[in-house]
Amino acid sequence: MIRESHSIVPPDPQLDKVQRLGLFALGIGLAMLFGSLFKFFSPQLTESLFWVMLLLVMAGGLVYGLRTHLKRPAGIQNNNITRSSISARGALGWTVGIIITTFYVVYYWWPEHIEGMVRFFDPLSQLIRSKPADQWFTYGAFYTIGVLVMGTKAIVKYRHSRYQIIRTCSIILSQLFLAFLIPYWMEAFNKPYFAPNYFWPLEYKVMMPDKFENLKEAGTVGQFIFGWAVVMILLVTPILTYFYGKRWYCSWVCGCGGLANTAGDSWRQLSDKSLKAWNFERISIYTVLVFVIVMTVAVWVTTAFHLIPETSAQLRKVYGFLVGSVMAGVVGTGFYPILGTRTWCRFGCPMAAVLGIIQRFKSRFRITTNGAQCISCGNCSKYCEMGIDVRWYAQRGQDIARASCVGCGMCSAVCPRGVLNLENGPVDQREEYTFDLLEDFKSRHKEKGVQAASAGKPKAKG
Amino acid sequence: MATQPIIIIGNGVAGATAAREIRKRMSEVPILMISGETELHYSRTALMYVFMGHMNFEDTEAYSRDFWRKNRIELKQAWVTSIRGEDKAIELENGEVLEYSELILATGSIPNKFGWPGQDLPGAQGLYSKQDLEEVEESAKTAKHAVLVGGGLIGVEMAEMLISRGIGVTFLVREKNFWGSVLPFEESRMVGKHILEHHIDLRYEDELVEIVAGDNGRVAKVLTKKGKEIPCEIVGLTAGVRPNIDWLRDTEGLELGRGIKVDHYFRTSMPNVWSIGDCAEFTEPLPGRRPIEQVWYTGKMQATFLAETLSGNEREYSPGIWWNSAKFFDIEYQTYGVVMPKPKEGEEVFFWEDQERKLSFRVHFETASRAVTGVNVFGLRHRHQVWEHWISEKTPVTEVLERLPEANFDPEFFRQVEPEILEKWNTQHPDQQVKAAPAAKKGLFSQLLKTLNITS
Ligand SMILES: Cc1cc2nc3c(=O)[nH]c(=O)nc-3n(C[C@H](O)[C@H](O)[C@H](O)COP(=O)(O)OP(=O)(O)OC[C@H]3O[C@@H](n4cnc5c(N)ncnc54)[C@H](O)[C@@H]3O)c2cc1C
Ligand code: SF4
Ligand code: SF4
Repeated sequence: MIRESHSIVPPDPQLDKVQRLGLFALGIGLAMLFGSLFKFFSPQLTESLFWVMLLLVMAGGLVYGLRTHLKRPAGIQNNNITRSSISARGALGWTVGIIITTFYVVYYWWPEHIEGMVRFFDPLSQLIRSKPADQWFTYGAFYTIGVLVMGTKAIVKYRHSRYQIIRTCSIILSQLFLAFLIPYWMEAFNKPYFAPNYFWPLEYKVMMPDKFENLKEAGTVGQFIFGWAVVMILLVTPILTYFYGKRWYCSWVCGCGGLANTAGDSWRQLSDKSLKAWNFERISIYTVLVFVIVMTVAVWVTTAFHLIPETSAQLRKVYGFLVGSVMAGVVGTGFYPILGTRTWCRFGCPMAAVLGIIQRFKSRFRITTNGAQCISCGNCSKYCEMGIDVRWYAQRGQDIARASCVGCGMCSAVCPRGVLNLENGPVDQREEYTFDLLEDFKSRHKEKGVQAASAGKPKAKG
Repeated sequence: MATQPIIIIGNGVAGATAAREIRKRMSEVPILMISGETELHYSRTALMYVFMGHMNFEDTEAYSRDFWRKNRIELKQAWVTSIRGEDKAIELENGEVLEYSELILATGSIPNKFGWPGQDLPGAQGLYSKQDLEEVEESAKTAKHAVLVGGGLIGVEMAEMLISRGIGVTFLVREKNFWGSVLPFEESRMVGKHILEHHIDLRYEDELVEIVAGDNGRVAKVLTKKGKEIPCEIVGLTAGVRPNIDWLRDTEGLELGRGIKVDHYFRTSMPNVWSIGDCAEFTEPLPGRRPIEQVWYTGKMQATFLAETLSGNEREYSPGIWWNSAKFFDIEYQTYGVVMPKPKEGEEVFFWEDQERKLSFRVHFETASRAVTGVNVFGLRHRHQVWEHWISEKTPVTEVLERLPEANFDPEFFRQVEPEILEKWNTQHPDQQVKAAPAAKKGLFSQLLKTLNITS
């Protein structure tokens, strides 16, 4: 009976009709967007064409994404990733990389060239904040649409894992509301710009003297915004990171992580796993952290004491250019298809540096290894977007407590033997535990004091 | 004094682990690891992921070239053709002769072939080595349909591999149930259904009779016992493996059975020659265990015990409880202790399943003492250490059920099935009701209460 309901023709690994249809719609939408750059459309038509474009991009992306992952039952869907041109640094991957990078470069340094596209977004901007679009709005809108559409795709792709479903919902909602709608709604009410999910040191501007003045003028709301920023970094961040690790931010709230885990998902495996990359990471990320601290202090000191303001202004400018634009934007996102998705998070983000220090030295979070079940297959390392060689630990039966781990949970999801688990158990159960194949379980449990030792204590039965 | 090296033949998990563990214990002795298949050790269990495009072959190499160099473990890619016990030397394919101080045979397995007509035709193959992977990669370029023979773990993996390329698969299984020699009926049924869900043409109680070549000299169709003719371009021979020892048949003084005969210290019948992993066969198997252990974990464990012995600290093999794990398409499987398809004499079974969500839990326990003897979980992840403890300590089944959440290793937010399991037990055993132990408290408040001594 079952047989009749199942065809014995396996799903076609190539694009089928539905996927093509989705891609076609998406392609037309993107072509329209591209056309807007050259102000192709007559002004009367622009508004309706904008909505058509939005519909085509979103619906096309969704049709393609959902079909791709619903073709086969729920489970890991990584087939052909190392062979596909787009996800394996083939011609398509390079093309996409070059397009995004070009876009970032123009957007940061020659925004006048994208004026047509900015005007195209006027209808959406009017709807949300009752004023015409600008370069930042357009970028934010596009980013948010990407997270929405590709996030839905990710949810369907990982539908067998409730951790991934809930987490992806969180990053989508966080991007949509905290990073996009709330700031612009505030603006619509003539309040200062405020994205509640970004604070110093990632969003260093919040802590700059000019912004401070700005907020002071805005009265209670301004005080709230400043207070929020201070409380978030000084109180909320350490507490949440102590209990849950840096993932509460990097994989649940932050928009950069959000884009990586949605739009960037098919490139996560490209991260560099070499020891060299790890050494470079430790230097670069803490350098940026020192840089942002020095820059912030310098700006404040020079403002307060009216000292050499040019130097600190210069420092701020250099930081904004090198870190804010080049590292976070051009390289961090533009190079997704080449370097993998979390390049910025791994090598540059000062927030990740702070969170990482707390995670490494004062947090309950770690990834535990299930006894000796690892078969050294390498899936966990391959799909770790932070380039952590997870297998190195897993095959030795060791727990993983690395500063860079963003707790995306993907190593645990792709592991075919159920070896890895993200945990926040109490610190007293957190002893580094290595599963020793030689010892029989008794000495193992006595000496190392595993959880199970207490678990198995004879108990009075009720 | 120039000592001869310890030579290890085979760089699979057994050989590679032996090399690492010997180096950990003996920092000076030269170690040479020779293998014909590849220069670097790789994870054989990941072959399928390379074919399916989840990983590149390099990603399966669990230790880098640098690692071996830093640990001064010399690698050599070559086939060994014979052992000359009297000279304490081995001979390579190219005639080179190498002397050893100790020799470790870790040559693994080869796929079973049962003399089927046409079994050596191009297109008919097993899946064991990197060369096999390359061969199936080549065949897959033009293949439309494949027939797999023998329903075990490697067969399922091969089925999953082939359909990932859109190649149709007919799966011939001799038994009435899928992997019925190992899995109890219910689990076997769940896996069987899931295999159909992946569009595999699964045929029970049928066997390969003959593989027929086409005009191009390659596999063209198979004939089965039930008289079916199935056109295909690939035949996967996945009816188990056997020790790779044919090349040792004429070695004087080396006692062979199905594998290389060893004692509990992995000593063969030749002085200074040892054997571990898939190719070793215990002359006297450990109680409750098989004479030949053909899994990843045992290879790793045997190598570790041998390293201890070679470093002068003789250790008899005592691997603890049996465990294993696998994945059938999307269903993960773990087992701890011994779960036979039918409970042994004096044992009882408790079984829970959720067919819809493809989850199941089976525990075997002794009727008299109530002590748990083994567990199977499908679609659930359980903690190795906890079960090892429960089984070795002969924990009564009711206590195990009560504390079941302690064994749960599922990712966060996964639905907890323990209450459903308890409910079923309680309905079936009105006289042995089990109440769930209070959930392990891990939060801030429970810690606070604990420090204030309000709760235990
Ligand atoms: C596709 C597949 C999937 C598997 N999945 C699992 C799993 O999920 N879980 C599990 O527990 N087990 C699994 N196994 C079984 C597991 O891989 C084996 O038990 C294990 O690899 C055996 O390791 P070994 O070191 O004994 O031998 P091998 O890994 O076979 O290594 C032996 C090596 O010696 C070389 N060699 C042999 N003869 C010579 C010679 N004369 N000269 C030079 N070199 C020689 C061989 O070429 C080979 O490289 C799987 C096996 C396969 C094939
Ligand atoms: S170690 Fe695992 S959870 Fe951490 S970043 Fe890598 S894949 Fe994500
Ligand atoms: S994915 Fe799992 S089995 Fe594979 S190497 Fe990582 S921990 Fe080990």
